Amino acid sequence: MDALALLQIIESGLRLSVPLIFACLAGLWSEKSGIVDIGLEGKMLIAAFAAAVAAFLTGQAWIGVLAAVFASTLLGLLHGFASISQRGNQIISGVALNMLAAGLTALLGNVIFKQGGRSPPLDGAARLPELALGQSAMTILAISAVLLTALALARTRFGLRVRAAGENPAAVDNAGASLTRLRYGAVILAGILCGFAGATLSLGQAAGFLPMMTAGQGFVALAALIFAKWRAWPAFWTCLLFGLLDAVAIRLQGVSLPGIGAIPVQAIQALPYLFTIVLLAGFMGRAVPPRAAGQPYVKER
Amino acid sequence: MSAPIPLPVWVDRVLMPASALATAALAAALLLLAIGENPAEALAIMLRGALGSGEGIGFTLYYATNFIFTGLAVALAYRAGLFNIGAEGQAIMAGIGAALMIFAAERFTQGLLLVPIGIAGAMLFGALWGAIPGWLQAWRGSHVVITTIMFNFLAAIVSVYLLVNVMGKEGSMQPETRLIADGAQLWTFQALFAALGIAIPATPLNFSFILALLAAFVVWIAIERSKFGFHLRLTGAGNESARYAGIDTRRMTVLAMALSGALAAGMAVNEVMGVQHRVLIEFSSGYGFVGIAVALMGRNHPVGVILSALLFGALYQGGAELAFERPAITRDLIVTLSGLVIFCVGALDQLYRTPLARLFTRRVVR
Amino acid sequence: MSVRSELGGALPPAIIFDRIDKRFGAVHANRAIQLAIARGEIHALVGENGAGKSTLMSILFGFYRADSGRILIDGQESRIASPSDAIAYGIGMVHQHFMLVEPMSVADNLLLGHEGGFALGGGRKALLARLDVLARDYDLAIDPDAIVGELPVGLQQRVELLKSLVRDADILVLDEPTAVLTPGEADRLFALLRDLKARGKTIILITHKLREVMAIADRVSVLRQGALVGTYPIAQTHEAALAAAMIGRRVQMPQRTDDAPIDTPLLTVQNLSARDARGRIAVMDVSFTLRRGEILGIAGVAGNGQTELLETLAGLRPHERGIVRFAHHDIADASPDDLHALGIRHIPEDRLRYGLVSQFPIWENCLIGADAEESALIDRPAAIDDAAWMMQAYDVRPNNPLLRAGALSGGNQQKLILGREIEQKPQLLLVGQPTRGVDIGAIAFIHHRLLDLRAQGVAILLISVELDEILRLSDRILVMHQGRIAGERRAGETDERDLGLLMAGIA
Repeated sequence: MDALALLQIIESGLRLSVPLIFACLAGLWSEKSGIVDIGLEGKMLIAAFAAAVAAFLTGQAWIGVLAAVFASTLLGLLHGFASISQRGNQIISGVALNMLAAGLTALLGNVIFKQGGRSPPLDGAARLPELALGQSAMTILAISAVLLTALALARTRFGLRVRAAGENPAAVDNAGASLTRLRYGAVILAGILCGFAGATLSLGQAAGFLPMMTAGQGFVALAALIFAKWRAWPAFWTCLLFGLLDAVAIRLQGVSLPGIGAIPVQAIQALPYLFTIVLLAGFMGRAVPPRAAGQPYVKER
Repeated sequence: MSAPIPLPVWVDRVLMPASALATAALAAALLLLAIGENPAEALAIMLRGALGSGEGIGFTLYYATNFIFTGLAVALAYRAGLFNIGAEGQAIMAGIGAALMIFAAERFTQGLLLVPIGIAGAMLFGALWGAIPGWLQAWRGSHVVITTIMFNFLAAIVSVYLLVNVMGKEGSMQPETRLIADGAQLWTFQALFAALGIAIPATPLNFSFILALLAAFVVWIAIERSKFGFHLRLTGAGNESARYAGIDTRRMTVLAMALSGALAAGMAVNEVMGVQHRVLIEFSSGYGFVGIAVALMGRNHPVGVILSALLFGALYQGGAELAFERPAITRDLIVTLSGLVIFCVGALDQLYRTPLARLFTRRVVR
Repeated sequence: MSVRSELGGALPPAIIFDRIDKRFGAVHANRAIQLAIARGEIHALVGENGAGKSTLMSILFGFYRADSGRILIDGQESRIASPSDAIAYGIGMVHQHFMLVEPMSVADNLLLGHEGGFALGGGRKALLARLDVLARDYDLAIDPDAIVGELPVGLQQRVELLKSLVRDADILVLDEPTAVLTPGEADRLFALLRDLKARGKTIILITHKLREVMAIADRVSVLRQGALVGTYPIAQTHEAALAAAMIGRRVQMPQRTDDAPIDTPLLTVQNLSARDARGRIAVMDVSFTLRRGEILGIAGVAGNGQTELLETLAGLRPHERGIVRFAHHDIADASPDDLHALGIRHIPEDRLRYGLVSQFPIWENCLIGADAEESALIDRPAAIDDAAWMMQAYDVRPNNPLLRAGALSGGNQQKLILGREIEQKPQLLLVGQPTRGVDIGAIAFIHHRLLDLRAQGVAILLISVELDEILRLSDRILVMHQGRIAGERRAGETDERDLGLLMAGIA
């Protein structure tokens, strides 16, 4: 393989990893504060949809991004309401909101676009402009988000409290800080980040919305988060790895391997899911989540 | 103080799910209004489609068959402390398994023996597809929710590969297998009733409905009345009491997921052996996920599962009728509604519990 | 206020609880409590488990709102809606179960809630300066960068205390502070409390150890079943009077008779080592034997390996090295049901974690680990009857096998587990903290039954942090310190001070 092909793979890989990075950071903030979020997939999907709709109607990509953030945060607040205020089962909430997003985007997609759920192709100002090296502004935003997340968690008051909230919520309560406000803050952050992820999908990578276009990336992001042991920069590298894997896989389509013949397209499709399972199987070390993640906080006395 | 407020049994099992359903229905009605449709009219069409004719009832029960199986699958795993999102994928693999076993056995017999062979093949493949995530959870700590979702994707991919390249019917436009032998095809209710001299409309409702009810009964006995069921429930109790009692919780986890997959396989038996008589792509289209709603609404109890399955069967059939008369309202409305139901029943527990507790437990305060 | 005249009327009381009332559903936790705490005194608050002491202090610290009544701080009515309000009033609390974030450093834990700004840098500098001052004033040095989870329990408590001192709290509430300390460490803590009092701090001490009350407090208030029984200056009361006030009736605590144990060793442990949940060696080279009809008590401050030892012997934790023999069987890695078959039963330290499922009905809980009959189906009516019989025999109230186990009080839950395990006719009973969180009536019942078993020839291994219990019940006593056996004593040849030295790793 020559240098040009290698560069193209790196470019592609970086571009493909951007939605994963955003989603992974979203999961990071949420789980660090103690809220398990299985609903990254649903937030990304509804964000992608909202972005496509808004961009289609206004012809402006940045309005699409705003719409994506809005829709995703709204869904996130539902999860927050169930998990924080109602102390409900966070896994069920996540699964439910994923289904809700899937049904809603299909239903509304059909009503709005009348093409069986997909949006018409977007072009021009409705798409995210390409800057250098095949990347859009989202790539820069994603890397900045990683940097800011790492700094915020380590060096700010909010970050300290979020970290404490995920390990020992009683300590936060006891110190006089509002656990509810902290967790809602984290959930809103997660919504915003998933909004960027979804917008990148429909306005950056594809040229519009396709039904179920997230194809499990929300869960891949979760696996990456676990593999990165809930730390920002390792999460970035893991997501980048996934992106590179995807980029390589695309190139392998139709290629013949000696002895096996042409690689079936399904094998390529299956790679990200298989890799996720391998990561989760902990063949690369056991991971310990924030201690209080997933448990609703009740004043225990 | 952190335990949920105990409610009278009927309130917990009937009123609460009903309240949750009402909330979800309200939200769905608002959604319909938003897209310019009339919710009352939609409801009327749905009721008519589901219950207004013999044919409609037949279809309702046919859909309910699928939901009983997937609902039981989710419910059993839930009682063991596992959230099985993979009924969808387990059913797909079960369908493949049934077809493989039937095609293999067709060389030796064409008769009724094919039926149990097909069912066994389905259950075996379904169990396997459930057992692997179960093993990963028990021995590697991989969260069963994420792994089963991954296995759903993998099942879809594998089935496409097999149907296109290995098991596919020659000269067919779409990926599908050839028809299974007559002996393997389950009797439809129309055929059964005709044998008794009664004429009923033609619907996909078939013998697997009886199997579903049977399965519910077996699950009930197993979970509520057997020692194995007690051990399974202890494993799902959320503390270390199962280990304290000497139960091998890792083995139980794998077993529970395998049984769950085997139950989900019933859905494939219905579709592949009872209705379509072959394996089509995406024959499991969404039944696995609705099964989650069915299980939660039925409080993970076999009787509740049957009742919820009937409800969702009616919704599905009503939804089909609705999609027919109002093309703007696709089947996705039911998916949306299912998501809302799962959200309200499963995650908003507290929201209903507190006011209901205030209403119903005042007399208990000394 | 009559209290004011007692105190001489110089300063208003630091705190006045004025008819504080609180219910939790059916439980009346605080009944119109009327109590004044004088400024600059050490005031002890005593009472049985469930008497309402923790609830009252939780209201003071803003965890709960009282249903009615008010709290006056320094004579002014206060509004305490949350811990931050309490902190603003100068109230600091050292909890029984520390409110610390273990993976974070001491400094981070101390900064939490009072970071002094958006970025942490400035607040950290101010904190370090403050810590220096406190270290000088009170001899309370601590490494700000140490990870809390890796500190020994005594130092963790120091961090808890520093949280309040760093905020300039002048009212300090300590909830069972000596539960996790050796007698020597407890003495050091009391010296510190006297120091703090000398500098004008007001201290409220919640404890059930009457000896400590007599040693350190100026006045003591007794709570019983939610109501204040009385407040007494220390000089005008004594332990027995306080105990009577706490209980409200005479309870006969059983005494051990001097039956000599049968000499056949039943359980032999040799060089046993085991790791804890974090992978560190928690049990190091432990050896002992246990005979029929003998109660072997294992004393020690919590966290010195007793929990891991019990779990290993009970089949809930793998062993690292060593041999465990029970009557010619090698049981070091046996599973709990193997042990059941041999006649070994286990009363767990943490009953809600191991021994019961609170959402299951009582009759099903009676089947946990005890459903060894051959049939595959459970005979419901028979099981319910058996449960009712057992609840009768073991004084579990209310006698309704259909109730959820979580509806029972701690004492009744413990009696239920005791009954279940004893009815399996064990030869060896492994017992962990049998009277933790249990009312005095149930404590007496449980002790009676354990002594009965001893008389019948059952071997009992008793692990407890309550020295009273160990001294009263055991024939022989082992003390664990940092995973090892620090010493062995015969009953009658030792006392609290002697054991305390062993617990601290001295002598």
